[in-house]
Amino acid sequence: MKTYQLPEVIIERDKDKCINCGVCVRQCAFEAHKFDEEGEVYSEDEKCVACQRCVSLCPTNALYIRDNKPFVKDNANWTAETQKYIWKQAETGGVLLTGMGNPKPYPIYWDHILLNASQVTNPSIDPLREPMELRTYLGSKPDNVQIKMVNGEPVIETKIAPNLVMKTPILFSAMSFGAISHNATVALAMASKELGTYWNTGEGGLSKSLYQYGPNTIVQVASGRFGVHSEYLDAAAAIEIKIGQGAKPGIGGHLPGEKVGRRVSETRMIPVGSDALSPAPHHDIYSIEDLSQLIYSLKEATEYTKPISVKISAVHNVAAIASGIARAGADIIAIDGFRGGTGAAPTMIRDNVGIPIELAIAAVDTRLREEGIRNKASVIAAGGFRNSADVIKAIALGADAVYIGTAALVAMGCHVCQKCYTGKCNWGIATQDPHLEKRLNPEIAAQRLYNLVRGWSHEVSEMLGGMGINAIESLRGNRLHLRGIALSKEEMDVLGIQVAGSPMA
Amino acid sequence: MKRVYAKEEVCIGCRLCEVYCRTEHSKSKNIIKAHKKEFPRPMARVLVEELRPVSFALQCRHCDEPACVEACITGALTKDESGRVVHDEAKCVGCWTCVLVCPHGAPQRDLERRKIAKCDLCPDRETPACVEMCPNEALVYEER
Repeated sequence: MKTYQLPEVIIERDKDKCINCGVCVRQCAFEAHKFDEEGEVYSEDEKCVACQRCVSLCPTNALYIRDNKPFVKDNANWTAETQKYIWKQAETGGVLLTGMGNPKPYPIYWDHILLNASQVTNPSIDPLREPMELRTYLGSKPDNVQIKMVNGEPVIETKIAPNLVMKTPILFSAMSFGAISHNATVALAMASKELGTYWNTGEGGLSKSLYQYGPNTIVQVASGRFGVHSEYLDAAAAIEIKIGQGAKPGIGGHLPGEKVGRRVSETRMIPVGSDALSPAPHHDIYSIEDLSQLIYSLKEATEYTKPISVKISAVHNVAAIASGIARAGADIIAIDGFRGGTGAAPTMIRDNVGIPIELAIAAVDTRLREEGIRNKASVIAAGGFRNSADVIKAIALGADAVYIGTAALVAMGCHVCQKCYTGKCNWGIATQDPHLEKRLNPEIAAQRLYNLVRGWSHEVSEMLGGMGINAIESLRGNRLHLRGIALSKEEMDVLGIQVAGSPMA
Repeated sequence: MKRVYAKEEVCIGCRLCEVYCRTEHSKSKNIIKAHKKEFPRPMARVLVEELRPVSFALQCRHCDEPACVEACITGALTKDESGRVVHDEAKCVGCWTCVLVCPHGAPQRDLERRKIAKCDLCPDRETPACVEMCPNEALVYEER
């Protein structure tokens, strides 16, 4: 039986304003707008994914997309969404697929954490008049530093491990070429160079044309080992071993063959049109010792010149796993919380597996400090960072830097319609269709990414100055500057913060 | 002289350049009135050529040695001192000779007025409307 399903949204077209120019028709890859036989534009609501491309480009503002929640009899358990999922699966028998990050209304701890500011007893700092240091070093730090004097000049005797240097504690997180378009990767690379930070190839390999951005590139070695070869490792500033991803902890990836065109095939080193399957585990890693072998293989391959990062999803045992990773020899631990995005994930996994990044950062930082190995590895937090306040709170909780993915996509034009897995992204981001990809002008997108991170960095400086702190280093793990509001005692214990109103002692 | 150049690699084929060209060359210069109320209808002087995924906007190239000026039987097309190929509507008789000789296919036949319509580089604006309004910066107005 084919059930009629109410369209998710309604396309409202103001006929008084519509000039029939057909921009909407030409822009919609989902074919929600069409010309009829007389050349009049009309719309089909059920095809609309609410990506807002037509709304953004309509020259007369004649279009409005509105929500069309079906009426279901009031029921907190059998909501419209739960029923819709069941109808879909009753018809197809398949796994529900989706894109982007977890949209469920779980508590967002960032919104329950408040920052401090100086008043009277310690002066705040105006970052526009006084120096403010956001420079961040990622990598292993020595236990202590030996200095000797040579001809009256101090020289560091201790061997310092390779570190990444960035002008701001914000990096672009792993998004593979394949999941996102070539132009999107170019924009990320260009913006990273301009900002003095890093972007991450994900497991899609690195196109030869982007080797010029190598000094600002972190390359990934993931379970599928796509695109990994010595030049790829040599081109990068750092290497990241991907164990897990916040949006889908415990499962692998699947880039459908339709998205594997000539260029993707070249960078991933697989035949055109073949599915790119990343297994759930690395088939050579079943223990911390195995992980250590891969870390040191990569260090050997690059002659100990680059920091090695290990990326995991935030799961229940994240602190112990992070400790193992630090002890296995990783220089950086990247932790991806359950709100992290993806090009495609089973809906049930995205919405129900993993833990919030806020709790994971605190748990990992606390554990590494207790074990006296916090200096062995830097911690990058990832997964749903929305603004500069989230970033600065993460650093105060104990992260060294923050990966942004979804925020970067939104800056480039994404409207979070969650249809990345269809490959029809109307914004030219999550697509390999050459006609759609052109819609993302890498120069414009790079400028927008630059503007976003520049704005956030300014705001971080302002907030730091307000706290009377003049270097991001001094805030790292400084949880005294955080206070919890409307949280349980247990939650605040994990976060390692006190309730708002408690004194600075 | 400054000319309009298309960046084919980022042209998205939306045809907004045509919409804004028509508006700029309308009586009211109001986008809705220009498209719904005015007769004879304003003509776009830029045309998006498209064979997906390739597309680009094309308008009069304002050639150094314009074939249209040489061929125009009434002297309606001339090259002015700034280098623009200008069209005097009063002199145009709609013989379409320029349409025939233009190697770029730039002059458009305005069948309602029985005259041609061609790019005038928007004399009332600093930057032509098509360039300014292109959502993906696929048109540039520059000296080359």
